[in-house]
Formats: sequence, C-alpha cells, structure tokens
Amino acid sequence: MYKITKSEQLSKNEYDFWIEAPRIAKKAKPGQFVMLRINEMGERIPLTIADTDDSSGKIRLVFQVIGKTTAELGKLTIGDTILDLTGPLGMPTEIKNYGTVMIVGGGVGIAAVFPIIKGLKKAGNRVITILGAKTAELVILQEECRQYSDELIITTDDGTKGMKGLVTDAMEQVIANETINSSWAIGPSMMMKFCTMTAAKYELPLYVSLNPIMIDGTGMCGGCRVTIDGSIKFACVDGPEFKGTEVNWDEFISRMKQYKTEEETCLVDYQKVQVINRG
Amino acid sequence: MVRRSRTKTPIAEQDPAIRKSNFDEVCLGYTLEEGAAEAVRCLQCKEAPCIASCPVMIDIPGFILAIKKGNMQEAADILGKYTNLPAICGRVCPQEKQCEQVCKLGLAKNFEPVAIGKLERLVADWALENQDFSKCIQNNEAKIGRIAVIGSGPSGLTVAGDLAKMNYEVIIYEALHDSGGVLTYGIPEFRLPKRIVKKEIESIEALGVTIETNVVVGKTITMDEVMNEFDACYISVGAGAPNFMGIPGTALNGVYSSSEYLTRINLMHSYEFPKFDTPIKRSKNVVVIGGGNVAMDAARSAKRLGADHVSIVYRRSLEELPARIEEYHHSVEEDIDYHWLSNPVEYMNNGVGDLNGVKCVKMELGEPDESGRRRPVPIKNSEFIIEADTVIEAIGQGSNKVLLSTFPELKLTKWGYIEADPKTGTTSIPGVFAGGDIVTGAATVILAMGAGKIAAVEIDNYVREKNKTPVTTKV
Ligand SMILES: Cc1cc2nc3c(=O)[nH]c(=O)nc-3n(C[C@H](O)[C@H](O)[C@H](O)COP(=O)(O)OP(=O)(O)OC[C@H]3O[C@@H](n4cnc5c(N)ncnc54)[C@H](O)[C@@H]3O)c2cc1C
Ligand SMILES: Cc1cc2nc3c(=O)[nH]c(=O)nc-3n(C[C@H](O)[C@H](O)[C@H](O)COP(=O)(O)OP(=O)(O)OC[C@H]3O[C@@H](n4cnc5c(N)ncnc54)[C@H](O)[C@@H]3O)c2cc1C
Ligand code: SF4
Ligand code: FES
Repeated sequence: MYKITKSEQLSKNEYDFWIEAPRIAKKAKPGQFVMLRINEMGERIPLTIADTDDSSGKIRLVFQVIGKTTAELGKLTIGDTILDLTGPLGMPTEIKNYGTVMIVGGGVGIAAVFPIIKGLKKAGNRVITILGAKTAELVILQEECRQYSDELIITTDDGTKGMKGLVTDAMEQVIANETINSSWAIGPSMMMKFCTMTAAKYELPLYVSLNPIMIDGTGMCGGCRVTIDGSIKFACVDGPEFKGTEVNWDEFISRMKQYKTEEETCLVDYQKVQVINRG
Repeated sequence: MVRRSRTKTPIAEQDPAIRKSNFDEVCLGYTLEEGAAEAVRCLQCKEAPCIASCPVMIDIPGFILAIKKGNMQEAADILGKYTNLPAICGRVCPQEKQCEQVCKLGLAKNFEPVAIGKLERLVADWALENQDFSKCIQNNEAKIGRIAVIGSGPSGLTVAGDLAKMNYEVIIYEALHDSGGVLTYGIPEFRLPKRIVKKEIESIEALGVTIETNVVVGKTITMDEVMNEFDACYISVGAGAPNFMGIPGTALNGVYSSSEYLTRINLMHSYEFPKFDTPIKRSKNVVVIGGGNVAMDAARSAKRLGADHVSIVYRRSLEELPARIEEYHHSVEEDIDYHWLSNPVEYMNNGVGDLNGVKCVKMELGEPDESGRRRPVPIKNSEFIIEADTVIEAIGQGSNKVLLSTFPELKLTKWGYIEADPKTGTTSIPGVFAGGDIVTGAATVILAMGAGKIAAVEIDNYVREKNKTPVTTKV
C-alpha cells in the first residue's frame, strides 16, 4: 500500500499528489513513469513521475481526470492509500549538457516536462521553456518550471495568459532568435505531432513522449506498440521517449481510440454509483 | 482380483453448451471413489517408466498405491516430496506426452494409460481442502543464507519452496501486482482456476518464502543491489514478450497479441468488465493465429466473451498441432472452427483504423525443416478473406528483456535467452542462476519447475561452498 501524503487540486480536472514510495523515489529519473492500480478491481494506468524527494521517499504524480480511474484517483486525499505502484518504468531522458535546449509542455504534459526541465538545467543547459494550454487556469506548475528555466514563454488558446496562440507559434519565435541544440515536446498527440513538424522544418532534433494505452508496462503484452522508423517498438520499455520524426503519428492517434466506447460505459457506470452514494 | 478396465475412468466435465459462455473450470475432477477405481488400474511396475519420463521424477506408482489404499494423506505426502505445485501440474501438464505416454498399461493392446494427471489433481485438491498450510513447521535454526528469486512463475516458486525447505531465507521479487507468472496472467480460469494457483502459492509462502510484488528487478532494484544483498540469486523472468508477424495492418484496432488478450482477461479480469475496470473488445468474429496451447486459450476465451464465431488459422495440419490434444478436443466441442494449412498475409482496414477482415493464403507442406516438421509453403493465388473484428496473434513469445537489458554482463544465447547449464542452472556469473522459459524459451510448467528443483540443489552447494571458503572481507 502506498500512502498519499499531499494532495492539491490544480484546476477543475487536474490534481497534484505526493505519494510514499521510497524504492521508486530512489531510482526515478526524468522521463520515467509508474503503473498504478488503485484497488482490487482497478485498471493499471501509467503516470509520469513528475518529481521525487529521495530523502523522504516520496514521488509526485500530476494527473488529469480523463476516465474512471483518474476520476477515482482524484477523489482520494491525504492519508488514503493506493494498492499498487510499480516503477520507475521506461527509459530515462538522456540528460546531458547539449548547450541550449527548448522544452515544450502542453496541458497536463507540463507535469511530464517538469522533471526534464529540472534535469537539463542541473546538467548545465540554457533552458528555454514553452508552456501551452487552452486557457490560463490550465497552465500548471508554472512557478516550478520557471525556477529551472532561463526563459519561459506561456501560450494560451484563448489569450487569457501569455501570448494568444499555439505552442508551435512560440517555437517559431524561439527558433528565429536562438540556436537550439535539442528539444522536447510533451502533451496531447496532436500537439506533439505539430511540434515535430515545426522542429523538422528547421532540422532541429525533437523528442516526444508517447502515451499509448498500457497494460503491464513491462514489455509483456505488446499493447503499447508504436511504429518507430518503420519497426514495432513497445513504448513502455523502448520508450516512452522517441524522436518525433520517426513516429508514425496517424497510426498512433488512431490506436488511442481503441477503447472509447468501453471506457465511456465504465465512467458512466461509475458516475451513476457516485450519484447514488451522494444520495 | 479386480478386472482392470481397458479405458480410463470417465471424468465429469461441464457441458460444452453451457461452459462456452462461462469461465468456470471445464474439468470437474474425480471423486474419491472414481479416483480409487482409477488407481486400481495401475500395474505398480518395478522400474516404472512413468517416473523416468516425469521432469521432476514423481514417485507415481507410490502415490497411486496410497490412493488405492484410501490413504490420501500419504498420497499427498509423497507428491509433496517432488512438487510444490501438484494441483497446477495435475491440470496443465502435458501428461499425454510424458508419464502417460510411456505407461505400461497404455502400451498394452486396447488399453488406455492410467489417468496419472487426473489422479495427481485429485490428491492435490484433497490436500488443498484438508491440509492446514499455516501449520507448516518452520524450524528456528539460523538460516544458511539469503537467496533472491526474480519472477514468481512456476520456476521461481519451485526454487523458492525447495530452498526454504533447506532453511534459506528466500525473497521472491515479482514485477506485476500478483504472483504466479503465466499461471496467473496467461492460463485462463476455465483450465486453471486462480483460486487453486493462489492456494498453492500460499502453501509456498507458508514454508517461509516472502513474495514482494510490484518490484521490477533492473528498474525498482538493480542487479548490483541484488548481488550485494544476497548470497545467490535465481532469475526466472519467463519468456513473455510477444512476437508479431509484422504483416500490414498490425497496428489496426482489434489486432491483439495473445499476451495482451490473455493478460487483460486473466490478470485484469476484463471478462468481468465493467465490474473490473479493464476493458476488452466484445467481438462478433474472432480469428486466432497459431496452433499452440496459447492459441487454444485465446480462442476459447473469445468464445466465452460472447463472440458469434471464432476460428483458428494454423499454417500446418491437425497432425502437427502443438497444442495438447485434450484442449483441441475441448475447443472443437466449444464450436471453435479451424482453417488448417492457412496463414494470414494482411489485416484489412475498415477505413477508419479498425480491423474488418483477415486476408489469408493457403499453404501446403513441403520438405521437413530443421525442426523435423514439414515446412509450410504458400500456394500462389489462393488468398481468401475471413471476416473479423478481432484478430489475436498467438505465434510465440520471446525473452523478457526488462531485466536483461540492464544486465549486459550476463551471457545470452543467440536467441536472446540466458545461457545456463541445464544440469545446474549456473550462468556466466558466479552466484547468478537461471531457469525456466528465460533459459529454454517458451516451454512447459513442469520443465520450468524441473529447472527450479535442479537449481535449488546447486544454489545450496554454492552457498555452502562459499561460506566455507570466505573471500577477503569487503572494506
Ligand atoms: C507513459 C505514460 C505517462 C503518462 N503520464 C501521465 C501523467 O503524468 N498525467 C496524466 O494525467 N496522464 C498521464 N498519462 C495518461 C494516463 O495514463 C491516462 O490519462 C489514463 O490511463 C486514463 O485512465 P482512465 O481510466 O482515467 O481513463 P480511461 O477510461 O482509461 O480512458 C478514457 C479515455 O482516455 C483515453 N486514454 C486511455 N489511455 C490513455 C493514455 N494512456 N493516454 C491518453 N489517453 C488515454 C482513451 O482513449 C479513453 O477514451 C500517461 C500515459 C502514459 C502511457
Ligand atoms: C497462455 C499460455 C498457456 C500455457 N499453457 C500451458 C499448459 O497447458 N501446460 C504447460 O505445461 N505449460 C503451458 N504454458 C507454458 C508455461 O506456462 C510456461 O512454460 C511457464 O509458466 C514458465 O515458467 P517460468 O517460471 O519460467 O516463467 P513465467 O511463468 O513466465 O513467470 C515469470 C515471472 O517473472 C516476472 N518478471 C519478469 N521480469 C521481471 C523482473 N525484471 N523483475 C521481477 N519479476 C519479473 C513476470 O512478471 C512473471 O510473473 C502456457 C503458456 C501460456 C502463455
Ligand atoms: S507406468 Fe503406468 S502402470 Fe506402470 S506404474 Fe506408472 S502409471 Fe502405473
Ligand atoms: S504495456 Fe505491455 S508491452 Fe508495454
């Protein structure tokens, strides 16, 4: 059992947890994730390790409510426990001194770029960060990201914060003014696809973190398979980070829709029960 | 003297018409009376060939005699000397190719062999009901040493049980949230109820073995840590990584590996969705590719999930089918169809990324290949399409790389399995032993257990030797 020691609601649908998991806290590196299962009936879901505190043996998870499991997770609070937590899984980001790097986070993907920003800054890079969201309220972890960034640009679709527009607009701006040695983008699939196209125009290497549906997270089911440079890779063990230009995006985006109907049933059922429980 | 029946004592099974829509066990097992009647058939051979053909050399005539005498406790004690997982072996061992194949009674004209597997199951089930494992005696003597076992499948469980009996402190690390390996996430409930697997695992824990789940060795803890903190370790991480044929359309929604399909069903209980949260496709037309036990399990599971039509596409013919023949018969009774001498060449797209058909080609058998089986070759212009909304590839698994990729010092074979001496389980690194599917490639429960038994003896020798000749103490 893994205890939640801190919980905060970041926005209407986003939560920020610290959980006791000493073994994972000790090993986790930027780019890695955990698989968690809330209870006996639960699904195993992957979440990025957003931060760690090795001295107190805790890890941080930031998540967005999407379906049943994340909705249920959002209901938990300090003192509650999670039945299973496994990790750290996946290949870590290659942290080294590249020179100047550009890191783009979109929506809840900001939580996934945060440890990368932190890692790259500590490795001596000049870090330019772009955070994008639909609206001001959804720009999460802004202060934390700023702490490790030499420059921070915020974009919102509706212009309620930072520049009005898309992260790719900000990317164009940065690329026009600076020589960037490497870059990362994590967020919704469409965003990562367009960031890849933008970076490719300038032959700038860009890494993305794929978030396919996973079951075991240890390379044993093949459910998370993605086509990278024409061959089958398992995102949970070969990734989740890949070079954007090598990803078969159309296929990836299509595979994310696999369980739409089933998951809706699950969430609707869950919501009904919630309504009954509340009387 | 009793007249020996020529045929095995019949065993009750769930009616196919009913069982094809539930996940309850198919075979219901012998009653004590039926068991006694079957036990009478054994000839009690001197130098019994059945023993020699069993990978863990169970005293088969011995336990059968005890059943005949009506002494179930004695039968259980005899079995317990050789195997820690008898209720599992009695259900899933390929007896027809091992003990029962060489049974002297079965070799006599017009006689069927003794139903050794079903008798083993009877004794084991009796023991699970009637023995209190919590009373297992654990002695208070100082432990001889600490052993880490990586992976909680049949191989790991066996080595752990045997070492615990020899008075070692044993910790099993398991990556998943539940122990048992393939027994838990692969073989479906209707062949091997999870209740049975759980009980037998509990019986091993009762010997003093600790199982820590959610620990991925190589990630959560490293091999360096394992080697520093334990006197020896046994790697039994299995061969669970799925292979794909890699034909066009593999990425379509509706294309599963058997590993994913069965993991969703068994480990995650998706057949009870939405009571359990993990979903699985409820399909109309399912096509399974392959011909082994795994293919049978996937096809029969699909039927139980309510598919109208399930067929198996196999590139050779019935004669070469690698699956257990009992399971093949069960599958036919459950309306699974077969496309013999056929191979898929493409998965068809309905236009929006979902599977709607499997394009296959007819095959014919050519010259024998290295494996001695006649090689299937495609027949030109023989393509045909099977309508399908789900296809499951059950074409074999490869080694599990999660640990191996972090441990490059360990010598592997050219197929990516661990190179270990089959007689001892020793690997290229002193103190690191290995066995089961990760050494042999996908094999059987009993072979994985056999490897565990051998390694337990060797690990004991190794630790005693090491303790006798202390190396220079680390500073
Ligand atoms: C390596 C990795 C790291 C991740 N890190 C984070 C993170 O730090 N924070 C966070 O909020 N989310 C993260 N995700 C996504 C998260 O796992 C999913 O949002 C979650 O599994 C949804 O579960 P659910 O039961 O709530 O919804 P479900 O009921 O399972 O799904 C609802 C809908 O979401 C879609 N969906 C299912 N699985 C995923 C998925 N893996 N990614 C995106 N959409 C999905 C489905 O198509 C479905 O329509 C990560 C995913 C991966 C693979
Ligand atoms: C669907 C199916 C049906 C089968 N039917 C039969 C049958 O009827 N009869 C028969 O005899 N055989 C059958 N087999 C084969 C048999 O199950 C295997 O040969 C046997 O389970 C191998 O045992 P093992 O202990 O080597 O590995 P496994 O059972 O594969 O167990 C390995 C365990 O190690 C864990 N692990 C992996 N990596 C790590 C790590 N880094 N750290 C910690 N833990 C790790 C895995 O999660 C797993 O639990 C079947 C196999 C399948 C897949
Ligand atoms: S070979 Fe057959 S008849 Fe002989 S002892 Fe074994 S089970 Fe009995
Ligand atoms: S999640 Fe099963 S192989 Fe990646």
